[in-house]
Amino acid sequence: MSLKQYREVLVNPLIKENPITLQILGICSALAVTSNLNVTLIMCIALTSVVSLSNLFISIIRNYIPSSVRIIVQMTIIATLVILVDELLKAYDYETSKKLSVFVGLIITNCIVMGRAEAFAMKEKPFVSFLDGLGNGIGYSLILIGVAFIRELFGAGTLFGIPIFGDWYPTNNLLLLPPSSFIIIGLFIWLIRGYNNDQIEEDDFDLSKHSVAPNLNKKELNV
Amino acid sequence: MFEHYLNIFINTVFIENIALSLFLGMCTFLAISKKIDAAFGLGIAVIVVCAITVPLNNLIYNYVLREGALTWAGLPNTNLEFVELISYIGVIAAAVQILEMFLDKYIPALYNALGVFLPLITVNCAILGASLFMVEKDLMFTESIAYGLGAGVGWAMAIVILAGIREKLKYSDIPEGLKGLGMTFIIVGLMSFGFMSFGGISL
Repeated sequence: MSLKQYREVLVNPLIKENPITLQILGICSALAVTSNLNVTLIMCIALTSVVSLSNLFISIIRNYIPSSVRIIVQMTIIATLVILVDELLKAYDYETSKKLSVFVGLIITNCIVMGRAEAFAMKEKPFVSFLDGLGNGIGYSLILIGVAFIRELFGAGTLFGIPIFGDWYPTNNLLLLPPSSFIIIGLFIWLIRGYNNDQIEEDDFDLSKHSVAPNLNKKELNV
Repeated sequence: MFEHYLNIFINTVFIENIALSLFLGMCTFLAISKKIDAAFGLGIAVIVVCAITVPLNNLIYNYVLREGALTWAGLPNTNLEFVELISYIGVIAAAVQILEMFLDKYIPALYNALGVFLPLITVNCAILGASLFMVEKDLMFTESIAYGLGAGVGWAMAIVILAGIREKLKYSDIPEGLKGLGMTFIIVGLMSFGFMSFGGISL
């Protein structure tokens, strides 16, 4: 593979084929961990390392996995990596690991990891798969950090726990509540699709235009 | 006594709804909610798998994994909690596989109705999430049955409601970029705000 193709594999998932806004992968954790930038950043690092390493390892042994048991094999590799991350986090940053509660464990069923393993790592060479995992991890992180930035700055008036706006800014509870991240992601999708018109979804069917019956003029319609 | 289990059930269905207040199983929730039929089939499958795997994982946690759980085998100091995740996902994968074979043999009608959704459920985070929250809440075996059933019913209800709204949405005039996924996100956000109103109820 040429250098250009490597770059494409790494850069494409950032905006153009973003896992959250286009592929609908890995949304669960995107919502619950975005009220505070510190926690979000750790979650992003955890997910990016799991997805890139699982892609690498699955790709290395891809020719030895019988297709009938491939899901179990993939699960075992992913679960082992997640346990490693979980234990590391508990050892070095116990406070954050408490805040993330079950969401680190849920990286196992985070569909980005499974989806990329299935769609990419089972077919391609190790190094490319690693790059693909890295790209998807960073694409996920971009959206998450964007959401967390908006929620923390305009919700609590702080960034990384440091006050930005000062005392005059009242806490905006609407943004601190988890459901607001749905709406922010919805608006992100609108923004991205404003640039990439080819991502706009087609209607299932066309609605005919409103029209006034041709033979009636304004007088008869009483307007 | 019965009231206690009913409380756990209602609490899990409405107040701590697994989809709309804990945000689990979102990927399938958003992807397979275009039609009510499909949403309903998936909902039933989640109810069945959740009601089976949560009590099973509860038994495994209480009698094998937790600290001091292996006293019955003469190993009072063993703590196997670090293999928690991998054993739960193993149980879920196995339960889904067995359920698939059982349905194929004895209830083919339901098997055909569920179709491809059944294997997909293994990677649905609502199922693993329910097991993990069960451990966090430290539930007894009988309580975990009510919890598993409630988690499944809550998720199924949420996806059917969303599918209903999306079917009606076909007739509305939505800005180009928001069509489909974008609008779905915003609707789920609003639904979720709606479900927060159950939050004040204490059982």
